Amino acid sequence: MFTEIDTVTLDEPAAELVARLPWRAKKRIKDKPVSGTKNSCDTKTEWVDHVRRIRDAQDQTAFAELFQHFAPRIKAFLMKSGSDATMAEECAQEVMATLWHKAHLFDPTRAAVATWVFTIARNKRIDVLRKQRRPEPEDLWWGPEAEPEQDNVIVLQQETAQLRTALSALPEAQRELIEKAYFGDLSHREIASQTGLPLGTIKSRIRLALDRLRHAMN
Amino acid sequence: MMSKTIKHHLTDDLLMAYAAGSLPEAFDLMVATHLSLCDDCRARAESFDAVGGHVLEDQNQPVGMNEDSLAATMALIAQGASTPKPARPGCPVLPSPLQDYVGGGVEDIRWKPIGMGVKQAILPTTREATARLLFIPAGAAVPDHGHHGIELTMVLQGAFSDEVDHFARGDVEIADEDLKHTPVADISEDCICLAVTDAPLKFTKLIPRLLQPFLRI
Ligand SMILES: [Zn+2]
Repeated sequence: MFTEIDTVTLDEPAAELVARLPWRAKKRIKDKPVSGTKNSCDTKTEWVDHVRRIRDAQDQTAFAELFQHFAPRIKAFLMKSGSDATMAEECAQEVMATLWHKAHLFDPTRAAVATWVFTIARNKRIDVLRKQRRPEPEDLWWGPEAEPEQDNVIVLQQETAQLRTALSALPEAQRELIEKAYFGDLSHREIASQTGLPLGTIKSRIRLALDRLRHAMN
Repeated sequence: MMSKTIKHHLTDDLLMAYAAGSLPEAFDLMVATHLSLCDDCRARAESFDAVGGHVLEDQNQPVGMNEDSLAATMALIAQGASTPKPARPGCPVLPSPLQDYVGGGVEDIRWKPIGMGVKQAILPTTREATARLLFIPAGAAVPDHGHHGIELTMVLQGAFSDEVDHFARGDVEIADEDLKHTPVADISEDCICLAVTDAPLKFTKLIPRLLQPFLRI
C-alpha cells in the first residue's frame, strides 16, 4: 500500500493531490447526518464525554482526568517549541483553564479532543512565544443547534483513529519531520540543519508523508 | 456568504504551516480570511489540525507538571474566563478575521490614495510580512506596485483579470516577483482585495521556502 513512491513528484502541486484524494470530507460542514454505521456504538468516543461533563456539570473529576492526560503533553509540546520549563508549566495551566471555559464551544463532530487541545496550545504558543495575534476563520458552524448528531461524532472518531494509524505507520524519518514541523518555529531550513538532511529531501519526505496519509484516509 | 465558485485555492504548504503556527501574522490573516469563504480549504486545514492533535498526543516523553499544578489551574479557572470579544455585525465584504484588523466593516477602512484612483490600507501585523487592502476602481488597472518576493492577492469584492486568469471573490492569486502581470478590475464593480507580501525591507526567509514547491522556483 505504501510503495508507490515514484508516483509522487516534488513538482506536482500538493493542492491537486488533495483534490484527487480528499482525506477530510467537507460535507459535514453542512451538518449532514451520516447513516449506516450500525456497529458504531462500540467505537470509543475518547475524551468527548469528559468535555461534555465539564460543560454540563463543571465536573472536576472529569477535568482532573483530562488534565492528567493532556497537561504533561502540552508542557512537553511547548518545551520542544523553545519554551523553558517554567513558562511551559504556566502556559499548560492556562491552556487547560481555557479548555474548561470553552468547553461549550467544543464540537465533537468537527474535531477530536486532542485536535482541539492542540489548537488551543498552538495559539497559546503563538501568543506567548511569538508575541503575535492569531487570526482565526469566521465561525460558521457553532449554531444554536442542539446536541450534535451522535453518528457524526462517531464518524469523526473513526476518521481520527484512521489518521493516527496512518501516522504511526509512516516510516520513522517521515514521521519525525512532520512532528518537527508541528513543534513550532522550525522552518524547513532549520530542520535541515538539525537533521543533517538536505532541504530537497525534507520537502519530498513531508510531501510523501502527506500523500501516504491521504491514501490511508481514502 | 459561501461562494461556490472559488477556483484558486491555498496550497498545502500554506495550510500546513498555518496549522503548525509557523507563518508570519500577515499570512495567517490571509489563510484565516480565505478559510472563512472556502469550505474546501477549511476541511483541508482541519485535517492538518488533526495531524497536530496526534503529534501532541502521541509524544513519547510527556513532561510532568508541578505538584500543585492542578490546584493552581483550578484557581485560574475560578478567576473566570476572559471576556469574549464582542461579535461584530456581519459585513458583506470583510469576513470576521479582517473586520478584527480593520476595526469594523468595509465602510471603516481608512483608505490612502496611491494613484490612478487606486487606494490602499495597511493592516497592523508583525513586520515580517505586510497585509493591506487594495481598492481598484471598476475597469481600472492596478499600477505596477512593484512587489518584492511573494505576493498573495485575494478578491473580496468585484473581480479582476490578468494574464494568468480571472479572479473573483475568494480566489487567491499567488505571484512571485518574476510574474509580470497587470490586474484589471472588472467593469461591473469596484474591486477590493487583500494583498499579503513579505515585507520588501525585511526579507523573510520562511515564506519563499514554503511556497517554493508551489511556485516551482
Ligand atoms: Zn480554498
